[in-house]
Amino acid sequence: MRFVLNGREVDVKAHGMKRLLDVLRGECGLTGTKEGCGEGECGACTVLLDGQAVNACLVPFGQVRGHSVTTIEGLRGRHPLQRAFVTEGGTQCGVCTPGMIMAAAALPKGATREDVRVGLAGNICRCTGYEGIYRAVRKAHRARPTAHDSRPTAHGSRLTAQGSRPTAQGPSRRSTRPKSGLAARRQPPAASRKGSR
Amino acid sequence: MRTAISTLELIEPRSLKHALEVLRDSRPVVPLAGCTDVYVLLNAGTPPAGRYLNLWGLDVLRGITERSGTVSIGALTTFSEILRSPVVRRRVPILAAAAREIGAVQIQNRGTLGGNVANGSPAGDSLPVLAAVDAVVVLRSADGVRRVPFNGFYTGYRKTVMRPDELVAAIEIPPVPGRQWFRKVGTRAAQAISKVVIAAVRAPRPRIAFGSVGPTVMRAPRTEAVLAGGGSIDEAVATLGAEITPIDDIRSTAEYRRRVACNLLRQFWTETA
Repeated sequence: MRFVLNGREVDVKAHGMKRLLDVLRGECGLTGTKEGCGEGECGACTVLLDGQAVNACLVPFGQVRGHSVTTIEGLRGRHPLQRAFVTEGGTQCGVCTPGMIMAAAALPKGATREDVRVGLAGNICRCTGYEGIYRAVRKAHRARPTAHDSRPTAHGSRLTAQGSRPTAQGPSRRSTRPKSGLAARRQPPAASRKGSR
Repeated sequence: MRTAISTLELIEPRSLKHALEVLRDSRPVVPLAGCTDVYVLLNAGTPPAGRYLNLWGLDVLRGITERSGTVSIGALTTFSEILRSPVVRRRVPILAAAAREIGAVQIQNRGTLGGNVANGSPAGDSLPVLAAVDAVVVLRSADGVRRVPFNGFYTGYRKTVMRPDELVAAIEIPPVPGRQWFRKVGTRAAQAISKVVIAAVRAPRPRIAFGSVGPTVMRAPRTEAVLAGGGSIDEAVATLGAEITPIDDIRSTAEYRRRVACNLLRQFWTETA
């Protein structure tokens, strides 16, 4: 099944009812996305689906066909949010951190402190007390517009749209480690290909 | 996840027509929208079915339109789309308010209005709104379209008048006369499942609906009648206390829910005076 993973079109074979979370960690070998509660309460598995934060534990893989997924690996370790989480003490045990950063990456430019609190309300951290996290997100937002300022209109950015529009963090060359069942393609998706929806 | 994926089947319909044919011919099958409820059950090892019908690609079931004063919301419209919709914010602000308090951003980006209706949880946060605004549920089947008043849609705990071959296609909201009011009471603003929800409209005949105080979402017609007949808010509160049937459960107690429901009624009446 073809979809865009961290800026590259990939073709992954997996059962349509498998959780996106398991396909990312298993078939795709991207273990940065963590499982917390497994029922949409904690936000640890947050990834971006067409630029919107979703819980990967509640998304059937079959609904990703033709869409674009960005995981923590897609930020390539160099995103201002990642640096700010380190310098501001936004991370301790680290389990919530990838989901927290992806939820923060979906926030619009110029997000206020209240926007940040609401935007991260679905991400639970049991270590930091949140203040370091809020500080890190505010600092990163001041430093540079977020990678995902392309806040989609409804279900706007699909495979066809993604192909013609470079993602802000650029194509990832190292983030997708192909394993069995995953074939990464370097060419952009054909413009004529329609999303499945 | 405690459910073995290999035991499940996912059917990918080519069109709405195809989906309705599957519902007619290949039951039992559970339609999938944003999956925010279904995957909780799958994770717990209590799958609601073995076969699933993926509706997510059926764009014809998405979108918000306004025609002749009636707001129509496609079943697959997400709560994020609802809370950002200028039409909803202008015409049914309490629906936008409810959408804003459902789960958190991740759930709002996936959860759908049609899914909330079809799932039929007594704690579904959008449901008291639909009850208070006298919404209509548009059901589609291979046989055609059927419109059912929302306030006649549920017959018991997670029971509806919907036939197994029918699909919730859209929700229609006629013009709402009067001032709208909504409050959700839960452990916290985000993520919490409601202890009590109220949606109400201040009109000559007030409309008052509650969630989480009975086996289904409910209107409070006796309480409404007291207020419509010029009765005092104290009389209305006494009537409401006898009209709702809350229970003790892991989230709250019947006594707490009854007290809070009465307080919310009072607050609604004071703030919309």
